[in-house]
Amino acid sequence: MNEAGELTPTEYIGHHLTNRTISLGDGPFWTLHLDTFLTALMLGVIGFGFLYWIVRGATAGVPNRRQAFVEMLFEFVDDQVKGIFHGSRAFVSPLALTVFVWVFLMNAMDFFPADLVAGFTEHALGQHNWKPVPTSDINTTFALALSVWVLMIYYNIKVKGIGGWTHELFCTPFGSHPLLWIFNFLFNLVEYISKPLSHSLRLYGNIYAGEIIFMLLWMWAATGLVGSIFGGVLALFWAIFHILIVVLQAYIFMMLTAVYMAMAHESH
Amino acid sequence: MNLTVTMIAQAVTFFVFIIFCAKFIWPPLTNAIAARQKQIADGLAAAEEGKQSLERSALKADEEINKARSRAAEIVGQAEKRVSQMIEEAKLSARDEGNREKAAAKAEIEQEVSRAREALRLQVAALAVSGAEKILRREVDAKTHADLLQAVQAEL
Repeated sequence: MNEAGELTPTEYIGHHLTNRTISLGDGPFWTLHLDTFLTALMLGVIGFGFLYWIVRGATAGVPNRRQAFVEMLFEFVDDQVKGIFHGSRAFVSPLALTVFVWVFLMNAMDFFPADLVAGFTEHALGQHNWKPVPTSDINTTFALALSVWVLMIYYNIKVKGIGGWTHELFCTPFGSHPLLWIFNFLFNLVEYISKPLSHSLRLYGNIYAGEIIFMLLWMWAATGLVGSIFGGVLALFWAIFHILIVVLQAYIFMMLTAVYMAMAHESH
Repeated sequence: MNLTVTMIAQAVTFFVFIIFCAKFIWPPLTNAIAARQKQIADGLAAAEEGKQSLERSALKADEEINKARSRAAEIVGQAEKRVSQMIEEAKLSARDEGNREKAAAKAEIEQEVSRAREALRLQVAALAVSGAEKILRREVDAKTHADLLQAVQAEL
């Protein structure tokens, strides 16, 4: 990894968890995480480009294997959404598909061994500190969760109207008595704040923690033969378990998106 | 763990992907799936229709066969009846013919008999007249008693 000799564990982990940044203006807010942004963009272009390529040649007749695979994915997502969301799924299902595919691909970057990726980006691309997993950057998960949140509020207003939504904010869940308005509102406020927080932090935490555990295992693996054996074996099991986490977190993120959309469309 | 402009960039990317997916990826494939489902449903309906029409045809064919069979039986029955009728008629006409022949023969025979009787009567009369002539030759003049003789002849 480094030419300047041994790294301390802190430095090793710090290396892997530092983003490649460029500054777009004054202040810390205007720092763009180039690695997160470009990796996510690339994965999205690959994933949705692949889907577009298949879909463009889609036939209503006998589908080939590629089309059957994509149809399976579509049917899976649509079935999940159907179970939660009652109404026209013309927007919600593609939204859920986008979330699932994109989050899955971003999570799946975790499958690549961190040090190999770092070696590639460092030496082949000349990029120091390239973090390859976009979903282990809280900016990504917050961006997704807040986008869903904005869509949720948009559909709340669209479906129920400003009045209907305000009524819901103040008159549910406890009742429409004027004395209860403040409690209703506080309750809803907590709910509206907790939704994007839990939505984004769940994904971020899982993927970030997964990365940290990999790094701890690799550090153990660097301590000698016994460490290599135990570190390697445990990392293998963790990697296998991680396959589940990667898919599961993408699935959970998609399901919550569908649930929030369904809540926005249902009046109380 | 600090929120930066990256978040906004990611959100923009996300919306672009959502719109792309909702406009260009989701509809064509779901339309293709829907079209295929319709094709399959139509095919199944057509198969069901074909099956039903086959059943209907089989029923109709059975009906036709039964009808034809009963018609044939009817025709055979009629023919048998006609045959026995014809035999009966032939018998009757033969009997009539026989009777008629018999009657004609009888009439002829009677005619012959009466003719023979007539001839016989004439001969007997002639014989009686000639006998009487011989007896009366001396006493009776044939010319004068011709009327009488003829009357006798007619009575015989």
